[in-house]
Amino acid sequence: MNRFSWFNATSLTLGFAFLYLPMVILVIYSFNASQLVTVWGGFSTRWYGELLRDEAFLDAAWVTVRVAVLSSTLATVLGTLAALTLVRMGRFRGRTLFSGMIYAPLVMPEVITGLSLLLLFIGIGLDRGIFTVVLAHTTFSMCYVSVVVSSRLATFDRALEEAALDLGCTPAQAFRLVTLPIIAPAVISGWLLAFTLSLDDLVIASFTTGPSATTLPIKIFSAVRLGVSPQINALSTILIGMVAIGVIAASLATKRRAVLAERDTRAAERAEG
Amino acid sequence: MSTATAERTRPAVFAPWDDPDATPLIEFRGVTKRFGDFTAIDDLTLDIYAKEFFALLGPSGCGKTTMMRMLAGFETPTEGSIHLSGQDIGRVPPNRRAVNMMFQNYALFPHLSVWENIAFGLKREGREKGEIDERVTEMLRLTRLEKFARRKPHQISGGQRQRVALARSLAKAPKLLLLDEPLGALDKKLREETQFELMDIQEKTGTTFVIVTHDQEEAMTVASRVAVMDEGRIVQVATPPVIYEQPASLYVADFIGDVTIIEGTARRAEGGYTVEWAEGQPPLRVRSGLDLAEGARCHVAIRPEKVEIHRNRVEDDNVLKGTVIDIGYLGNLSTYHVRLADGRVVKAQNFNTERDTRQPFTWEDEVWINWTAGCGVLLER
Repeated sequence: MNRFSWFNATSLTLGFAFLYLPMVILVIYSFNASQLVTVWGGFSTRWYGELLRDEAFLDAAWVTVRVAVLSSTLATVLGTLAALTLVRMGRFRGRTLFSGMIYAPLVMPEVITGLSLLLLFIGIGLDRGIFTVVLAHTTFSMCYVSVVVSSRLATFDRALEEAALDLGCTPAQAFRLVTLPIIAPAVISGWLLAFTLSLDDLVIASFTTGPSATTLPIKIFSAVRLGVSPQINALSTILIGMVAIGVIAASLATKRRAVLAERDTRAAERAEG
Repeated sequence: MSTATAERTRPAVFAPWDDPDATPLIEFRGVTKRFGDFTAIDDLTLDIYAKEFFALLGPSGCGKTTMMRMLAGFETPTEGSIHLSGQDIGRVPPNRRAVNMMFQNYALFPHLSVWENIAFGLKREGREKGEIDERVTEMLRLTRLEKFARRKPHQISGGQRQRVALARSLAKAPKLLLLDEPLGALDKKLREETQFELMDIQEKTGTTFVIVTHDQEEAMTVASRVAVMDEGRIVQVATPPVIYEQPASLYVADFIGDVTIIEGTARRAEGGYTVEWAEGQPPLRVRSGLDLAEGARCHVAIRPEKVEIHRNRVEDDNVLKGTVIDIGYLGNLSTYHVRLADGRVVKAQNFNTERDTRQPFTWEDEVWINWTAGCGVLLER
């Protein structure tokens, strides 16, 4: 089963190279002292320094973070409610339509989502800016949240909620004290997913934003059209680092919890025997 | 005279259902529950008295769980009413009833410790912290869980989880405790121990227990009365011995314990009937107060332990000749399947009172089986 084979090793190496080589190159060149992106001029962190002094980039970063936090929070609330309805309400008139409509934005081309939202905002005379971007991001990312949360809810034991009601909770208390803490990991990963989606969205943001609110992806994209600068490499490296730390921390936490749970269960079994 | 005195000195038997002055704690009055076209409970009327340990027994899909869920408030009756100490609770939501439930798979809150699980209901009542502490400690002591108060549900064993569930549902001192297959997840040995523990706790707390189970041994062991259910109806409500020895119908006789059923035609005789059941076989004699028409179709139900098995012919009310075709050896007793001349199989049980590894009868042995007229039960349907 675990025998070493040259074929496997080669395909693995090639696969990883295909996935990560471009990023590795990007990271290496972010430490390039030279002004030219493609010529190595020695190690330096000067572009990171310049990045921190660049008002436009800092502005864009701040806009992006605000949009991401607001839209992912809104999307988490709405997506969780939608998931609850889908899983809990059973059969109601229009359930199929509702679930279909919730999942449609997952497969909808972003250009179309962006365009339709743009037309809507123009139609109702809404000034485009941070607010419209937040609305747009909430719209498409709440589908992802509802997918994640509803798959968790599908395996949630309803008896737990009934037990809470039985012990004197109102339905709202039962949700707050029992359901929410138990599905919290799914809700949090839904939030993280929405946050990342909002963070790197270019297409929908370009359609729905106005001159007052430039997000980081839009800023990077427009900067690159004038020529790739080492500064962009530095910025991208920071983003990669942030995402990597987040993912590693999350997986370590999950693994640690699994190990602890396993140990506890073993201990309980021994205690019984 | 002497027996009458003995009767009088005995402690009063707990039997409020025989007392015409007793008021029931729970009254089902013509309760029907439908789910769409399916009728789960069909026009059911039933009284349950305070301090009873009442068992709802039946195969899956017989409506016993629906009845329990209506008592808990998770379902509302389609027709009829349910009263709890005189108050109509048909539409009262579960959180406003003095009823608590122990769920089938315990439904312990996984994110809370054992202590917090037990305190959960008390906290919802907004009681003082000291009072909660005291009550939780009391519950932990009652269920012998003091050592595990800080553990989470996944850090304790199945038997301990069962006790946490019991402690949690008893903490609010409900008027009525519902137990949904409470021992279903435990292995046989632990289950038997826990049955006695449950009875003990029921007696100590004086709470009325209603238990739902499909395990007839469990129902017989713990319950003061058993209601046997079938397809949304109650077939018989009685104490375990009555259910076993005087089943009201073939269904009950067959569902509870082991039984051989012989169909035949009834002829009136002194003290009961004789039942003609096969060509060339002597009719069976059954003592019965049942009022059957001459020549009516009827059934004789006979429990295996009431059938004796012999090597030679004996004198008795019902004596039949047959061949041993199967032997079920259980250690304390052996069940012999005896095939009669017409191919019908009757089960006979022998207690293995002697310490002998050789069985008194073996396959293909010619034997005589017999039982007295009082041992068979005559049933119309």
